[in-house]
Amino acid sequence: MTNSLIILGCLLAGILGGALSLLPQAFLDLDLTGYALCVLLFLVGIGIGCNGRVWQVLRNQNVRILLVPLSAVLGTLLGVAVVSVCVPGLGLRESLAVGSGLGYYSLASVLIAEIGGKTLGVVALLSNIMREFATLLAAPLLARHFGKLAPIASGGATSMDTTLPIITQCVGMEYAMISVVNGVVLTLLAPVLIVAILR
Amino acid sequence: MSILFFLAAGMILGYLLRSKSAVLAVAEKGMMWSVYLLVFFLGTSVGANQAVVRALGSLGIQALILCLGGIAGSVLGSCVISRTFLFESTRHDK
Repeated sequence: MTNSLIILGCLLAGILGGALSLLPQAFLDLDLTGYALCVLLFLVGIGIGCNGRVWQVLRNQNVRILLVPLSAVLGTLLGVAVVSVCVPGLGLRESLAVGSGLGYYSLASVLIAEIGGKTLGVVALLSNIMREFATLLAAPLLARHFGKLAPIASGGATSMDTTLPIITQCVGMEYAMISVVNGVVLTLLAPVLIVAILR
Repeated sequence: MSILFFLAAGMILGYLLRSKSAVLAVAEKGMMWSVYLLVFFLGTSVGANQAVVRALGSLGIQALILCLGGIAGSVLGSCVISRTFLFESTRHDK
């Protein structure tokens, strides 16, 4: 939650700085974002590689558990495709790319901004941050009306960290493992899906 | 696709260095700051473009619709698997 607010703050500070031309043009012309993005992806990779949980999840899981992230991805893409009809100004491909962020807003927004354009990057940031907020707020409601897997699916990639506490609170500690598996798999899939859809 | 090369390379390096806990701490710090920086620059290029600034409200609405669609779809997916693939204990039977 704090982190997502800081990131929203960075976006706002940037927008203000850009709108009021507070930054020297020469600095902006440098456009280091392409390089910074490569560095970021490299670091994300190191984070994943170092994380013992990831390898544990990929190695010795009951295959049935993988149905949870699989259904979350397919469901998200289906849902986004359906509502994209009533999103003016965005095509199916752009909508699918935003949905493929799967709640992983930090990486999704900068990756989409680089390959799909800045405007789409902003939509991706807002949409995926909203997904985290909505899950934090609606987890008890989702668990009550749609079953115990619902808040996990809704949390997307965040179900392994930021929304994990509220999820286990709503559906019980015995779902913590499923929630982490879901988050790990979606975290791995988000960048791959985004690049596959936009390229 | 080439951008994913960096992700894969990082994963391999991270895996090789997984016993060194300092690596993860440094990578996480680096990730955090590069995201802040990248999002800030995303903001500056958006802010410099009057047309995009004026459209921010409608971008927010687009984002909200896509967010709700994605959540609804994924929740539907979770209902389907908890009913069909015997996640019995996950049914809300109380």
